[in-house]
Amino acid sequence: MKRKLALSAVLIVSGFAFSTSAVAETPSAAMLAYTCAGCHGTNGNSHGPATPSLAGASKDYIVEIMEYYASGERASTIMGRIAKGYTKEEIEAMADFFSKQKFVPAKGQKFDPKLAKKGAKLHDKYCEKCHEDGGASSEDDTGILAGQWTPYLKYTLADMMAGKSHMSKKMKKKLKKLHKKAGDAGIEQLLHYYASKQ
Amino acid sequence: MSNFTRRKFLKVTGAAAAASSALTFSSFAIGGAKKKVVIVGGGIGGATAAKYMRMMDSSIEVTLIEANKDYYTCFMSNEVLAGDRSIDSIRFGYTGLAAHGVKVVHDWVSGIDAGKRVVTTKGGKSFPYDRCIVSPGVDFKWDAIEGYDAQVAEKIPHAWKAGSQTMTLRKQLEAMRDGGTVLIAPPPNPFRCPPGPYERASQIAHYLKNNKPKSKIIILDPKDKFSKFGLFTDGWKRHYGYGTDNSLITWVNGADGGAVEAVDAKTMTVQAAVEEFKADVINIIPAQKAGKIAFAAGLTNDKGWCPVDGKTFESTVHKNIHVIGDSAIASPLPKSGYAANSEAKVCAAAIVSLLNDGKAPQPSYVNTCYSIIAPGDGISVAMVYAYKDGKIIKVKGSGGLTPSEFDPEMRAREVQYAHSWFKNITADVFG
Repeated sequence: MKRKLALSAVLIVSGFAFSTSAVAETPSAAMLAYTCAGCHGTNGNSHGPATPSLAGASKDYIVEIMEYYASGERASTIMGRIAKGYTKEEIEAMADFFSKQKFVPAKGQKFDPKLAKKGAKLHDKYCEKCHEDGGASSEDDTGILAGQWTPYLKYTLADMMAGKSHMSKKMKKKLKKLHKKAGDAGIEQLLHYYASKQ
Repeated sequence: MSNFTRRKFLKVTGAAAAASSALTFSSFAIGGAKKKVVIVGGGIGGATAAKYMRMMDSSIEVTLIEANKDYYTCFMSNEVLAGDRSIDSIRFGYTGLAAHGVKVVHDWVSGIDAGKRVVTTKGGKSFPYDRCIVSPGVDFKWDAIEGYDAQVAEKIPHAWKAGSQTMTLRKQLEAMRDGGTVLIAPPPNPFRCPPGPYERASQIAHYLKNNKPKSKIIILDPKDKFSKFGLFTDGWKRHYGYGTDNSLITWVNGADGGAVEAVDAKTMTVQAAVEEFKADVINIIPAQKAGKIAFAAGLTNDKGWCPVDGKTFESTVHKNIHVIGDSAIASPLPKSGYAANSEAKVCAAAIVSLLNDGKAPQPSYVNTCYSIIAPGDGISVAMVYAYKDGKIIKVKGSGGLTPSEFDPEMRAREVQYAHSWFKNITADVFG
């Protein structure tokens, strides 16, 4: 409920970020989603090493993130430029398509089992409440972390901590606590944990 | 006879009639009415179309005819020239497509009979089709520069189709003395991969800077501007002393006499519009036109490219033949790998729909293109396209270039994303 409210607030503030030059007919969800495959992999399962997989993420989560990209509330190299090319309706169609694809965990990412073990503990303590099932679930409209490409996670966390990307109040609080307790090493341990979920 | 009436005919008369009429209606499979799509050319466009057509409708029989057993991507081949990437890492085969049920035939297509709907090959085979996709990439205008032809290109490579040409140029760069001159001659517009020649200059400069720092690169260009111009020249200043007396790269534009008129392979001399240049390594990228088969099949216009309907990529010259990739006139989409991949999906969806008596669906297209100026310094251009009032249009407010202000963290990420793009697009095409 809280999350939905936060989302609609953002939409009111930045509702004009998406393209408003609607075409005569909205392309199908698959047609729209296929255009993403060149960077995010066929059906949204990325081969890495840095672009994230989109498959299996919740529809609301993808819509929200795309809104942040389009409005500039989430830092990016190229995604902001691309997110601005779609109407809200098109983003919803794409998000729906990707939410129905099966997420395939990233294979071959290197990790240190000892650090991953420490990361698992940190995840349980600070992240699990929203990123459920050890970060494998997107059910609470959060991103899938377990088995996600870690350079992407690293960039995203760095941007959030630097204030360049939007982060929910709850996450801000938790991440601050984690960082205070475990430092940059703690962030690294988290990434090792997510990389270990293959 | 349209697909619709043929199918109705089949329904009424049954399979026996279908078998007996197989000679008349060449698109009938023996003992059934499986729809047949024949794809000519297994590059980015053709291979993507084959895979996605099978993903969308596995009842369609898809045959891909490609002369070569291996495909070398043009994108990232400049990293091979720099020595930062192996040639094997840009080589892809066709087993992935076969796994999707695509019939892969290695042969050279010699003709397409648009009336009878049959593709014929050098190997003497005929392939009847309901719809044909032609994706032959580019061919070179060999008569544009005096003294430069396919044979001379063995010594003075174009390296604009990756593979052995890439390796020839790489070996020449490796063999060159420190203090040598590398000459790059980009083509006039339009051509495959607009930022490519300038990324190539960047990548070769990066190699020379670290290995042969007394060497120089001269770009002899018939044009006065090029893709990502500001970002490239800014990067050249940062990495290669561009604009100073000691610059590794000199760019001679069209107005200053950059257009190459003649090449002498024996003396390694290039005659440009104003001056003559001598070099140790010469890379001529000739002017371009649609691939050979597009001409043989009569799909080209007077400028040497193939006019198509942007919604289906069906040729406006011949019905039931679709042209995608570099050979097609799909402007404002550029002649890029990403665009070919995007066009192929739009075309495949249209064909699947048309073969099932539907109407062509509303398209959506994207182009994303990365260039790597130096390690840790990547730039990009992107655009979202839509179809409106019978035309492909850029979606207003979308796309554009990497910001001109240099941000080292973001530029390093762009390199990471460029390499991720490479892994994903090649898996999307061949996997």
